Amino acid sequence: MALYALTLHELKNALRQKQVSSEEITRSVLERVAQVEDKVQGYITLLEEEAIRQAKAVDNKIAAGEKLSDIAGIPMVLKDNICTEDILTTCASKMLYNFKPPYNATVAAKLAKQDAVLLGKANMDEFAMGSSTENSYFKKTKNPYDITLVPGGSSGGSAAVVAADEAVYALGSDTGGSIRQPAAFCGVVGMKPTYGAVSRYGLVAFASSLDQIGPFTKDVADCALVLNAICGYDKMDSTSANIVYPDYTKALTDNIKGLKIGVPKEYIGEGISESVKNAVLKSLETFKSLGAEYEEFSLPLNDYALSAYYLISSAEASSNLARYDGVKYGYKAEKFNDLLDLYMQTRSEGFGTEVKRRIMLGTYALSSGYYDAYYKKAQQVRTLIKQSFDKAFEKYDVIITPTTPTTAFKLDEKSSDPLEMYLADICTVSVNIAGLPALVMPCGLDDGGLPIGLQIIGKGFDEQMILRTAYSFEQHTAHNKNRPNL
Amino acid sequence: MSYETVIGIEVHTELSTNTKIFCDCTTKFGGEENTHCCPICTGMPGVLPVLNKKVVDYAIKAGLATNCNITPFGKQDRKNYFYPDLPKAYQVSQYDLPICQNGYIDIEVEGEKKRIGITRIHIEEDAGKLMHDEWGMGSLVDYNRCGVPLIEIVTEPDMRSPEEAKAFLEALKAILQYIDVSDCKMQEGSLRCDVNLSIRPIGQEEFGTRTEMKNINSFKAAVRAMEYEAKRQADLIASGEKVQQETRRWDDVKGIGYAMRSKEEAHDYRYFPEPDLVPIVIDEAWIKDIRKTLPELPNARKQRYISEYKLPEYDAEVLTSSRTLAEFFDACIAQGAQAKTVSNWLMGDLMRILNDKEMEPEEIPFPAQYIAKLLSLIEKGTISGSIAKKVLDTMFVENKDPEQIVKEKGLVQISDASQLTQIVQRVLDNNPKSVEDYKSGKKQAVGFLVGQVMKQTKGKANPQMVNQLLQQMLSEI
Amino acid sequence: MKITKEQVEHVASLARLNLSEEEKERFTREMEDIIAFADKLNELDTEGVMPTAHVIPIQNVFREDVIKPSFDREKILQNAPAKEDGCFKVPKIVE
Ligand SMILES: [Mg+2]
Ligand SMILES: [Zn+2]
Repeated sequence: MALYALTLHELKNALRQKQVSSEEITRSVLERVAQVEDKVQGYITLLEEEAIRQAKAVDNKIAAGEKLSDIAGIPMVLKDNICTEDILTTCASKMLYNFKPPYNATVAAKLAKQDAVLLGKANMDEFAMGSSTENSYFKKTKNPYDITLVPGGSSGGSAAVVAADEAVYALGSDTGGSIRQPAAFCGVVGMKPTYGAVSRYGLVAFASSLDQIGPFTKDVADCALVLNAICGYDKMDSTSANIVYPDYTKALTDNIKGLKIGVPKEYIGEGISESVKNAVLKSLETFKSLGAEYEEFSLPLNDYALSAYYLISSAEASSNLARYDGVKYGYKAEKFNDLLDLYMQTRSEGFGTEVKRRIMLGTYALSSGYYDAYYKKAQQVRTLIKQSFDKAFEKYDVIITPTTPTTAFKLDEKSSDPLEMYLADICTVSVNIAGLPALVMPCGLDDGGLPIGLQIIGKGFDEQMILRTAYSFEQHTAHNKNRPNL
Repeated sequence: MSYETVIGIEVHTELSTNTKIFCDCTTKFGGEENTHCCPICTGMPGVLPVLNKKVVDYAIKAGLATNCNITPFGKQDRKNYFYPDLPKAYQVSQYDLPICQNGYIDIEVEGEKKRIGITRIHIEEDAGKLMHDEWGMGSLVDYNRCGVPLIEIVTEPDMRSPEEAKAFLEALKAILQYIDVSDCKMQEGSLRCDVNLSIRPIGQEEFGTRTEMKNINSFKAAVRAMEYEAKRQADLIASGEKVQQETRRWDDVKGIGYAMRSKEEAHDYRYFPEPDLVPIVIDEAWIKDIRKTLPELPNARKQRYISEYKLPEYDAEVLTSSRTLAEFFDACIAQGAQAKTVSNWLMGDLMRILNDKEMEPEEIPFPAQYIAKLLSLIEKGTISGSIAKKVLDTMFVENKDPEQIVKEKGLVQISDASQLTQIVQRVLDNNPKSVEDYKSGKKQAVGFLVGQVMKQTKGKANPQMVNQLLQQMLSEI
Repeated sequence: MKITKEQVEHVASLARLNLSEEEKERFTREMEDIIAFADKLNELDTEGVMPTAHVIPIQNVFREDVIKPSFDREKILQNAPAKEDGCFKVPKIVE
């Protein structure tokens, strides 16, 4: 098999045993990029020379006998809303088309310190707002399984390049499902860690109380390795959890005997396609055969979660995105009469329609006279949703649901109807509202050969339980072996 | 009809922490534009704030010194508005759960004591600075001040005259300086006030429509602005018009106030809890720790000066109104100087120079020890009182030890009897007319003769001895 | 809740967005749909429920008051679309 097709843990071992060099791996992945990127369109910025240089540096360290991290020398990609010093970080927006941050995000610095090889920056929905990556100012990323379909979003570029073997792994960000939904559409493993487990410092904010960085990988073992590399307390982020973080690879035991799985019936009812429902139900039988138990229960507030999510995330976004005004960085309107006009023109020309829509919604929800009815109400509902999860976790070790109501949809299919597009997040937003960790992994293909994602939700800071569950499933099925034909 | 003025005040004070409120940049005043900056205080995409603990300590301290309740569970909020000095387009402030609530400060105006309620004290970040470029083509933005911590102190509408408001501001400033949370340098913008003012017919319960005057940066200007505004409102009402609720600007140079361009409709700050910052929980132990650091406050010190040093109430009030003055007083007392003598010196000669130079006591360039030394030079007879005044003037210019000034300028007093006798004799010889006047009963002529001796000695003659010698030698003629 | 074009214009001005006529119409329609959807929350009784601003119970996160070097000015200004004399430049501000 070609090097680019291998997993992180396979490449790590090969590198350890000096069967390959980091440069060989990196060149192999770059060749793959050269072959398929025209079709996939997953990258905004590709850093070929820099990547080779980094790979050579790692090879020198290996030659010198230095002790290296598990991810050293392996090429990866960052979503383009993670700041990289002096490397273009655009958030896929015209507003930041030329922005080169003067600093590194904590995760970027952490990965660099562990000698990860940065291949480039991945495409996304503008400012992470969207579920199809069609809202990028630069390009529309395609689903590697069928390039007439969307890869999902907003981290569609990250998901697609991992699915297409154009990177060994990638980081994305997840505010309402932006890692999990594209992971499901592209047939890779994607995880949103617990809010507070990965530093948000340097992640360009969409909705501060919901955003979380997480990995896209080719299998569950790789997910554990990347979590080890990126989780941890960061004093630059006040919302970072100051706890002891475990070695996540220890959770890969292939033993789930006695595991209690809850299945919220609201997630497998109306609006969920038959193929998705069947794949999830079939997966549950697999878990049962491995010694786990599952039962249905009710999480009735899910119907409200989407409303609460759009109010909270848009409100926070309206404030977070107010700083883009043509003065300090990024796009500046060419023609304007005065300061106010500069603001108005820059923001109207620099932001795409979806971003404007959310800024409008968020501004409205916070404005005088509407705050209590919308923003405060949504925060109260958030309390109730969190409580309902807390209660469920008194009984269950993990909660399993579909990730998306359907498999990947056609490009342009939903882009004209925002509400329809928002419904694509129906299975994922509650997890962000409650700050919980959740992993998505492939659990089958539909009749059209498109991947279906299984969502495993855990208690706060219990990523290990999720990984244990996911790893067992993966060991006894072969869904992660599916690869798109490009 | 006669009206009474109703005044409420909001004071913004920069705290004297080392670093900014949410990043490690220095708060040092001055410096090249945009050199005290980092991605956090300039609001770059992706950055996050982490609160400086000292800011909370100082806010608690200010709250305790103004008799506030400390809020056990506080939070920070975003106040959203667009302006180039605010790089994130929101100011992190506090909305409904400020650090301190429900306090008061006691003031005294013309012998009457009064209690002014403090509604709240909250923490927030300062904005940057806007300057106009040389050619008038645009404005320039410097973010060095951006993110410097502030406390905003909001009073109840408890003041009834500009004098009361001034007394409140002075009392507040003294407290803030005593507790060392702010240097209160108004000329550096580290203390600024907004004044809310309305008028109502005497006896009327409900308030009239108020206007807000923003960013007044001296107490004198505040008083002028308040007098102007109260009169303006009274004139409006007298002519049958209504007071508009509006934000006004005070031009202290022209001595007029005017309404700001009303972009006011757009003022909807859309406050909401700052999601990047976590709650501030203050327990009793924390409050206790801060309480231990509180020094003696102005009112307590004033009472002590009255009882311990038998100073008149007026002297005690003036001396304790500034932490610097009180420290000067204490330093002199520590040297063994006499309380009333010290008080007279500070309130007389020192204050005169401050008034002439329009300086605040905090701006005095030399340390308290120098005043103590100066007084002991008088006490020891090394220099006379009038020479001391000159030395003091020099101290303001040269910031030198008074002993050194006296030595360098040869100002040591002439107390040598034989030397003085010679000089007096010479003056008597050269002024027969005055001597004659004196002899014929015009006793005031002696004053002229003293003046001549002083002139001859460039003021260095010991005045008591000159007097004595003149009396004696005139009687012998 | 009915959303009017005037409301859309007001919100747009608060948000410093210049909307074309077409956008105004579109957003009026879409926001009405979204708000109608959000109004679903009113079905829930939230009387006495504390709003949640933070999902994880973290409090009192502080920094020590120790100065670290600031950034080079070039780094702070490197992305500025207009700069002059070490400052960000904006159109002339009239009070
Ligand atoms: Mg304020
Ligand atoms: Zn800074």
